[in-house]
Amino acid sequence: MKWVAIGIIVAATAAGEVMQAMGMRHHGEIRDFRPGALGRAAALLVRNRFVIASVVAMAISFFANEGLLSVADLSFAVPATAVTYAIETVLAKYVLKEHVSWTRWTGASLVICGVALVSL
Amino acid sequence: MDKEHARLRAKTWLFAVVVILANVCGNFCMKRGMPERLTGPLDYIAVLFRPWVSLGVLLLILWMLARMALLSWADLSYVLPVTSIGYALAALAGSVFLHEQISARRWAGIALIVAGVALVSGRSAPNTIRAKTAAAGAEGAR
Repeated sequence: MKWVAIGIIVAATAAGEVMQAMGMRHHGEIRDFRPGALGRAAALLVRNRFVIASVVAMAISFFANEGLLSVADLSFAVPATAVTYAIETVLAKYVLKEHVSWTRWTGASLVICGVALVSL
Repeated sequence: MDKEHARLRAKTWLFAVVVILANVCGNFCMKRGMPERLTGPLDYIAVLFRPWVSLGVLLLILWMLARMALLSWADLSYVLPVTSIGYALAALAGSVFLHEQISARRWAGIALIVAGVALVSGRSAPNTIRAKTAAAGAEGAR
């Protein structure tokens, strides 16, 4: 049960976050945080297909996370799902076409090693 | 250009802090309000009405909205490591407030996470791709 939940969380989170980043990049930088402007941004975002797909994936991840938290310690559950970092950094480079410098690869590697140690 | 760079960096830090705190506090509240075991599908819905879980859900909604705003100008490969300090804070919250054990190995893991965050946040610009205007970008997403 624990590892099935982790598998679902990892797959849904990686897919959801990459699509969310894709959707927000299509939308462009949010600069105006007044209520009216935020309302207009929200109206645009609810019609953005990447954002809609990301919300569905995040909802799947959320319910799997609920199940995981009911059977595992918080200090295990949260870090154990961080394998998504490796997957998402690769997807950021090849799908989102981001320039992932050596600093980012090293930082992400340190985080992944740290998360593995915290989870064991 | 320097002024624009400083504005973007300050905005990135502000939103990163909101993302981290909302995530840590949201997960803590979820764990605090979660029963020993969820048996049926309806339990997953019913549990949302427990006060701690409701508060956790609100904080996780705030986390998602702040993260979406952050991703509208910052790279995913920047946001991921920078906000990962939340993992270390979640382990600490588990130890302090829920009396979960933190072994020497977990402390070493927390130190590596902090080192990774410091490396990326200190030596890397938040975005490597030219920002679009909101209006132009929205047309492309449809």
